[in-house]
Amino acid sequence: MEKQELKKSSLSISENGIEKKTSSKRLEVLKTYKIYIGGQFPRTESGRYYVAKNAEGKQLANVCLSSRKDFRDAVVAARGAFGGWSNRAAFNRGQILYRMAEMLEGRKGQFIEELMHQDSSKAKAEKEVNLAIDRLIYYAGWCDKFQQVFSAVNPVASSHFNFSVPEPTGVVSVIVPQNDSLLGLVSVIAPVIAGGNTCVVLASESKPLCAVTFAEVINSSDMPGAVVNILTGKVAEHAPWFVDHMDVNATIYCEKDSTVQKMMREKSALNVKRVFFYDSINWNTDEGQSPYFIMDTQEIKTTWHPIENIAGSGAGY
Amino acid sequence: MIGSLLILVKLKTDMPQTKSIFPIPDFTLSPRIDQVGVEERASRFTKRSIKKESKLKGLKLVLNMIDLTTLEGKDTDGKVKQLCYKAMHPHDALAGLPTVAAICVYPTMVKVAKKALEGSGIKVASVATAFPSGQAPKEIKIRDTKYAVANGADEVDMVISRGKFHAGEYNFVFDEIAAIKEACGEARLKVILETGELGTFDKVRRASDIAMYAGADFIKTSTGKIQPAATMPVTLVMLEAIRDFYYKTGRMVGMKPAGGISKSKLALHYLVMVKEVLGEEWLNNHWFRFGASSLANDVLMQMMKEKTGVYQAANYFSVD
Repeated sequence: MEKQELKKSSLSISENGIEKKTSSKRLEVLKTYKIYIGGQFPRTESGRYYVAKNAEGKQLANVCLSSRKDFRDAVVAARGAFGGWSNRAAFNRGQILYRMAEMLEGRKGQFIEELMHQDSSKAKAEKEVNLAIDRLIYYAGWCDKFQQVFSAVNPVASSHFNFSVPEPTGVVSVIVPQNDSLLGLVSVIAPVIAGGNTCVVLASESKPLCAVTFAEVINSSDMPGAVVNILTGKVAEHAPWFVDHMDVNATIYCEKDSTVQKMMREKSALNVKRVFFYDSINWNTDEGQSPYFIMDTQEIKTTWHPIENIAGSGAGY
Repeated sequence: MIGSLLILVKLKTDMPQTKSIFPIPDFTLSPRIDQVGVEERASRFTKRSIKKESKLKGLKLVLNMIDLTTLEGKDTDGKVKQLCYKAMHPHDALAGLPTVAAICVYPTMVKVAKKALEGSGIKVASVATAFPSGQAPKEIKIRDTKYAVANGADEVDMVISRGKFHAGEYNFVFDEIAAIKEACGEARLKVILETGELGTFDKVRRASDIAMYAGADFIKTSTGKIQPAATMPVTLVMLEAIRDFYYKTGRMVGMKPAGGISKSKLALHYLVMVKEVLGEEWLNNHWFRFGASSLANDVLMQMMKEKTGVYQAANYFSVD
């Protein structure tokens, strides 16, 4: 009796051994949501995880609960990638950001589905993904243009050609907005990498799915490994580490928690890193995109270049 | 044949040891190495947990065992002086640091290093014998060695003739090491096997045996110019050769893995391996060295991290 039932549910195989159809009882293959460090997808070294749930309490996935060591490894990777990324031609960085947008466009459906799992409506999810793609295109365009806009030739009272240009600050640690899990992530990291920085990102704690899937987009878009590193885990746990690491040059925090902001201001003094709080920006509007976001993680380098000044003939440049 | 010879080996180490006569074995009969076993055993040493105070002590020991090295065509007097300063003052922001064990340079830089390190107790090691290839006539190698020693080198790092070794001319390799040892006089001799060019663990073991019986005070894995350089399995094979040699002859030989050890954690794994294979007698810079340049800064960064509680950045440590 039992044997017969087993036969019914098993796959039906034709005479030449090729499968005709799959069983209706097929188990779905679920994705393991892992972190993204140095262009690889490891699990957290700590072996910890947490369960991400939606508003109804439905389990979405087991997600890596990253540790301090994961963060350290990510910073080492990001530092290693900084030289190569910042030295690339600005135009090439633009091409790569554009490529990211292309890849995101191709996987739109998956992102809409994930956003809907995370309590978004279909219309809202579609709008969010479209905006995220457009935002990447926006910053792809700015990659080789913001330098001209923000550079200056300065008037000085000596025989020097004096000019100032923006240069990327280095490794930036980012705690992204908790609610706009895809658009917030894209809006905050795009200006950072467009300017030639590398970054370590902590994804939204309650809505981490899109961040991990976005790592797959980055990984398939000619972006060198370790320019963007994405961790998942608890904001409260990671916030102090994100801001006290001596090899991080700037930190961006996107929530309104004033205790965390105060702590960040204090700890950042250790190596005088820049701290930015993007805590009241509506990422869904044009307010969420501006070349000034790129300038936040740039340093201004001023050069004094000696020039000839022969017999009062004036500067010769 | 060499295997049946008895020779008198003069011992020139700082440790009180008696002159001994021991038979030279047939090196073709050196033990064969179980590659899988060695790799498995070596990986076990990385599983020990060393935290907080013991880690800090281990790091200090590592720093004290480093042969701070610069072996580049572009080396200048200034570069060597800067490195010597770093050897004496690894990181003045941290009080109570030991110095490194030695500075390792080319023979032409020995005089500069010797002068810069005067009174510090830090040794000057010089590579010699047509480093790194070793492709030069014996007389030139001997003159190279004598030049380094005459300029004040406390230690000489020689390379073996790998070509002759591969051709099976073990007597040639043996005699050459013995001749260089004689040329060293009071200086301690480190014999570089260049394991990356030897190919198999069997050959590493055989070359280790030849070097030790020919009078090496240290055996060293690599020049640092060939990949792979020092790895844990290859170092384990050499440590076991040292152990067997010690049991047979009662003579201690030092070990120096060189090249590719740039992280503190890995260095601590090596210390664990030395302790578990050879014992505590070898856990000092008279018998164990790290040939490295970037390891020192990583060790310092880890120490600062233990002290301040925050991860460090390379920017705040001297470039060497």
